[in-house]
Amino acid sequence: MRPDKAIAWRAILIQGLLLAGIAGAASATIRTALANMRERGLASGFGFLTRSAGFDVAQSLIAYGPTDSYARLFLVGALNTLLVAVIGIVGATLLGLLAGVTRRARSPGLRAVALGYVELARNMPLPIQLLIWYGLLSAAPPPRAAIAFGQAIFVTNRGLYLPLITWNAPAPVILAELAGVIVLGGLAALLVARLRAMGRRPPSARWVMAATLLVIVAVLARATPGLSLPHPRGYGFAGGLEVSPPLLALSVALIVYAGAYIAELVRGGLDAVPQGQAEAAKALGLSAHQTLRRVTLPQAMRVIVPPLISQYLNLAKNASLAVIVGYPDLVALFGGTALNQTGQAIETLSLVLLFYLVLNLILSGLVNAWNRRTSVWATGR
Amino acid sequence: MTAPRQPPHPSRLASLRATFFATPLDGVLTLALLVGVVWLVPPIFRWAILDATWIGESRAACSGEGACWAIISARWRQVLAGFYPEDHLWRVGAAMLALAAGVAPLRHRRIAALTLATAPLGVLAAFAFLGGAGILPRAPSDYWGGFSLNVLIGVGAAIFALPLGVLLALARRSSLPVVKGLAIAFIELVRGAPLIVLLFAASVVVPLLTPHGVSLDKLVRTLMVMTVFEAAYMAEAVRGGLQAVSPGQAEAARALGLGPVRAMALVILPQALRIATPALVNSFIGLFKGATLIYVIGVLDLTGVLRNAVTDHAWQGLELEAYVFAALVFWTSCFALSRWSAALEKRAGAPTRKVDDT
Repeated sequence: MRPDKAIAWRAILIQGLLLAGIAGAASATIRTALANMRERGLASGFGFLTRSAGFDVAQSLIAYGPTDSYARLFLVGALNTLLVAVIGIVGATLLGLLAGVTRRARSPGLRAVALGYVELARNMPLPIQLLIWYGLLSAAPPPRAAIAFGQAIFVTNRGLYLPLITWNAPAPVILAELAGVIVLGGLAALLVARLRAMGRRPPSARWVMAATLLVIVAVLARATPGLSLPHPRGYGFAGGLEVSPPLLALSVALIVYAGAYIAELVRGGLDAVPQGQAEAAKALGLSAHQTLRRVTLPQAMRVIVPPLISQYLNLAKNASLAVIVGYPDLVALFGGTALNQTGQAIETLSLVLLFYLVLNLILSGLVNAWNRRTSVWATGR
Repeated sequence: MTAPRQPPHPSRLASLRATFFATPLDGVLTLALLVGVVWLVPPIFRWAILDATWIGESRAACSGEGACWAIISARWRQVLAGFYPEDHLWRVGAAMLALAAGVAPLRHRRIAALTLATAPLGVLAAFAFLGGAGILPRAPSDYWGGFSLNVLIGVGAAIFALPLGVLLALARRSSLPVVKGLAIAFIELVRGAPLIVLLFAASVVVPLLTPHGVSLDKLVRTLMVMTVFEAAYMAEAVRGGLQAVSPGQAEAARALGLGPVRAMALVILPQALRIATPALVNSFIGLFKGATLIYVIGVLDLTGVLRNAVTDHAWQGLELEAYVFAALVFWTSCFALSRWSAALEKRAGAPTRKVDDT
């Protein structure tokens, strides 16, 4: 036999044995699991999803009652997880950007504050930070003695009360209209870019943007926005938007923790752009704003974005610490309550894992798309 | 040539002004910071130190003015060692020493490879000291706890995870599609999952999967899950190290007549691990911090012990003190570790960069 042929056979043999071993172990495990479950009188399969869950959830973005099914409970939990994740991502990005830029500020005092924040937040376990925030919040005054900010924002031990913008049209209608306008605006922008590539001289992209903004304002104005301020009533508050203590503590903890990591990414990204780039841009006569926008930022973003997206994924995973403070996220509802009620540990936890796997795939797809785009752009110099 | 003329040395006042009040905005920010410090620091200092109660038997001893650290001082034994029997506390110390002895060879380059054998032995010895073996009476793992348990789980999981992580990293770079696919699936599945879900799985799914009559101790299950979790992250760190070793190294090893296994073990892997060390330490810090979550499945680590304490009737309402203390303990250890990792990075980075420049 020729040596490369022998190697090929060996490769097939090794992989075949590996697969056989894994299949054997898996089938043995499954048989044990089925036997154990029979013995404990546990059902198997996903039939429980259509059954009524029989308990209510403290907070839900969609209508949900005790008679609704486990499948709907899953949706409630997934949406609650996504809600915290989105709040956390937006907040942590802003805080991280601020702290990261501040670490390179001229004033040493500011730099020290940013450094202190980053080192403090990164080196404390998130579960403990969450417990501290929750503890601080329960030490806040009761609604009657609420800490008030201009009669619009109230901090109490029952949660945070914020002003809420009200509309006289249902939210989904407004959102759909806005989405339509944005899609149309995007198409117009693409058309402009296409025409320019063909050598025509279409109206500038700025006009497209201005027109889109104008239509957006018109859509919002038609829905006659109003403001609902929270005001004391009885033992609590009426009107406005109520943020429950668990959601508030979890959001703050996630923002503070992830913000510190994002600050380091931003600082690293800024440091990664050689000083010579900014100097060269200046020598070419670019303004400070142009330098930041056309030279420094694009190069920094190339370094920042991939780890930033994996920080977002971390944040979404850390949202599962909701269990600690009793916020009804997917893990608490499904890996906790639903698991205990049905006893179907394998099924419930697999569904939870599946949710995170899909989230993971979406975000890593984004990273790959970004890498493809920026690397083409980098080699196209 | 004459020496370049030095600019006139600025007075101290002028240099202070240039640093803190360079522009009006800087001046305003500096003043705002000063006001913030004056506003925040004294009350915190008073609460934490001056007005604090340090010793007491119950909540009644707290002055109510400042912090009440009595909850910690009254329970220092639990904080360190959980509910371990009082007259056997030395065994906890011995277990910690065994762990330290296991990783001690790392400090000397010549014998660093020995750690491969001594570190797992150290963990086993720690378990033997704590759990009881030979003449030591048995102490069920329900008694173990406190910060020593955080150290045991963190260090133990890291020690078992490293070889597993190296294997996974090598498998991920394998040319065999099945091996590579399985490694990728495992690594991504574990890294995509929140630790708490894996811990739930350890407490409810693992008992379903073990044959009748075999029951794994809760602590062993926790350690297993933490090991698997950490291995997936370490695999990525090691893979980064492997990618950073130049292909010329493999070619040179081959030219010297080394087979693929020996080339990997003697030439490539040692360099890859050295490059990966800072990333490995960082992932260990992540593991150590993440392990504060194990109290959720009823393992009484430091957080668990303190949560127990604050739900005790005698100490109710001292959540803030308890968790601030835990935060300080973990902050100190993680900050020290991260400084160490940064120092390693600097040391490892210096020679490589020099090679790149030439």
